[in-house]
Amino acid sequence: MKRSLFGRVWPNATAVVLCIGFVFPVYWMIATAFKPTGDITSEDPVWFPTDITLGHFRTATSADHFWTFVTNSLTVTVLAVVFSLVIALAGSFALARMRFKGRRGFIIGFMLAQMAPWEVMIIAMYMIVRDASMLNSLVPLTAFYTMMILPFTILTLRGFVAAVPAELEESAMVDGCTRMQAFRRVILPLLAPGLMATSMFGFITAWNEFALVLVLNKDAEAQTLPLWLTSFQTVFGNDWGATMAASTLFAIPILILFVFLQRKAVSGLTAGAVKG
Amino acid sequence: MTVQTERPPSGPVDVAKRGESGPARPRAASRWGALAPYLLLLPACAASVLLLGWPLLKDLLLSFQNLNMAQLIQHATEWNGIDNYTEVLTGDEFWRVTLRSILFTAVNVALTMFLGGLVGLLLARLGKRMRFTLMMGLVLAWAMPVVAATTVYQWLFAQRFGVVNWVLDKLGWHSMADYSWTSDQMSTFFVVTVLIVWMSIPFVAINLYAATTTIPAELYEAASLDGAGAWKSFTTVTLPFLRPFLYATTFLEIIWIFKAFVQVYTFNQGGPDRLTEILPVYAYIEGVGNQHYGMGAAIAFLTILIMIGLTAYYLRIVLKQEKEQEEAGL
Repeated sequence: MKRSLFGRVWPNATAVVLCIGFVFPVYWMIATAFKPTGDITSEDPVWFPTDITLGHFRTATSADHFWTFVTNSLTVTVLAVVFSLVIALAGSFALARMRFKGRRGFIIGFMLAQMAPWEVMIIAMYMIVRDASMLNSLVPLTAFYTMMILPFTILTLRGFVAAVPAELEESAMVDGCTRMQAFRRVILPLLAPGLMATSMFGFITAWNEFALVLVLNKDAEAQTLPLWLTSFQTVFGNDWGATMAASTLFAIPILILFVFLQRKAVSGLTAGAVKG
Repeated sequence: MTVQTERPPSGPVDVAKRGESGPARPRAASRWGALAPYLLLLPACAASVLLLGWPLLKDLLLSFQNLNMAQLIQHATEWNGIDNYTEVLTGDEFWRVTLRSILFTAVNVALTMFLGGLVGLLLARLGKRMRFTLMMGLVLAWAMPVVAATTVYQWLFAQRFGVVNWVLDKLGWHSMADYSWTSDQMSTFFVVTVLIVWMSIPFVAINLYAATTTIPAELYEAASLDGAGAWKSFTTVTLPFLRPFLYATTFLEIIWIFKAFVQVYTFNQGGPDRLTEILPVYAYIEGVGNQHYGMGAAIAFLTILIMIGLTAYYLRIVLKQEKEQEEAGL
C-alpha cells in the first residue's frame, strides 16, 4: 500500500515535534546547569550554551550537609532494594513454581498492597515511628521503603521466575541437585537480568521518595537528597544555575540507569503481568 | 507498576506453566514440602502486616482520636468517637477539596490516556529509526525523577527569565512577560497538569505500542478482505484488541494521579491560599502542617475510601478474573 507524500511526512514531522517537547525540559535542566549566570539571566534565553562553567555544580555540592544527604540517600535506597529483593525472591519462587492452597489469595493481596496510598498514610506512619522514638533515623525509612517496593518486586520477579523453563530445574534435580541447589545453580543465574530490571524500579522509587522523609526526619543529619533538592530554592533564592545543577546531580544516576536498562525493564513489566 | 491485563499473554510462559505441576508432586509428599511455600512467603507477609497493615490500622484508630499539639506532646490518647468524621464531613472544605481532586484526576487521566494513546499509535506507524528516536525521548522524560522534574518546571515557568514566559511574550501575548504562574489557582493547576501529563504519557505510549505489536497481522488482512477502510479496521481490530491494556493503564493512571502529592506540594505547597490542595495534600496540611493529627487521619481514611471507590470497577474485574482462573485451573 503506497502512501501519499503527506501521509509519509506528517508522522515523522509530528514525531520530531513530540521528541523535542519531551526532551526539552531535561535538556534545559542540563544546559542551565552549565551556563554562566550571565547567560541564565539574559533578556533572551541562550538556547545553546557556548561558555561552559562548572561553578554551579561547585555551589550545589558545597551546600551544607550535601555529602550527608548523598550517603543517606544511597544507604537507604540500596538497603531497601537489597532487602526487598531477598524477601521477594523467596516469595516469588513459591508463587511461580509451587502449588498450594491460597496461592491466588497471596497474589491478590500483593496486587492490592502495590496500590497502597503511602502518601496518604504518612500521619499514621509518623505516629508509629514517633511512639517508637525512632524519628530522625534511617532505620524506619529503610523499612518502609523496603515495603513500598516489595509488592512490585514480588509480582515482577514471579514473571521472571515463571519464564525460566521448569525443565532446566527438573533436569538439575534429576542430576542429583537438591531443590535449593537447583535454584542457586540454575535459576538464579538466569534470573540476573530480571533482578536487575526489577531492582531498577525499586531503586527509582526509593531514590525519589519525598513525603515520608519530609515528615519523619526534620534533622538534616538524617535527611535525603529529595528534601535537599526541594529546599534548595529556599536556601539559594533564585539561583537557578545552582538549582538546576542540583537537579542534574540528582537525576543523572537515574537517567543513565533507566536509558540503559529500559528495554529489559519494560519486558519485565509485561512479564510481571503474566499470570503464573 | 505492573500492568495487569485481562488477557494472559500466551507464549513460552504457558509452556512453563503446564510443565510445573508435575515435578513438585513427589517431593511435596513430605511435610516440609507442604509447608515450604508458606515458609517462603512468610517474610513477605510479615513485612506487609507490620509495615503496611499496621499503619493502615493505626490511621483508622487515630481518626477516632482528639489528637492535636497538646495531646501529641503529652502522649495522651483521647478518644472522641466520630467527632473528626462529623466535623470533616459537615464542613464545606472537605467536599470542595474532594470535588477538586476528582476533577483534577479526571482531566489529567483523560489527557494522559488520549495523548498517550495517540503517541502509542504514532510509534507503531513510524519507521524504525524515527521510532527509536521518539522512544528515547519518551524514555528520558519517563526516567526523570519527580522531584527533579518539578524543580525544572518551576524554572521553565519562572516569573523572571522563565523560558515559557519569554516564548509567550515573543508570540505576542505581552501580558505574560512577567507572569507569576504560582499566583493563581488555575495557572498553578495548568503547570502541574502539563508536568503530570508530560511525565505520564511515556508509560502509556510505550505500553500501548508494545501491545499493538502483538496484534496478529491476519486480523488486519481479514478486515481488509471484508472491505474495511483504515478507520473501520482501527475500530474493529485495533481498539478491541487494545481494550484490556487501555483498562489496565487507565486504572493505574487514576491511582497514580489521584495521589500526586509530590508534584502539587513541591510546586506550590497547595497554594495560592490553599486553592490547589488535592486530598493527599489537604490531609498532610491539616494533619501535619496544622497539627490536627486526628483530623488528618480521618481525612486520610476518607481519601483511601474514595480511591477504592474510584477504582472499584477495575478491581472487580481483576478479582473476578482471578477467581475464575482459580476455579478453572490449579
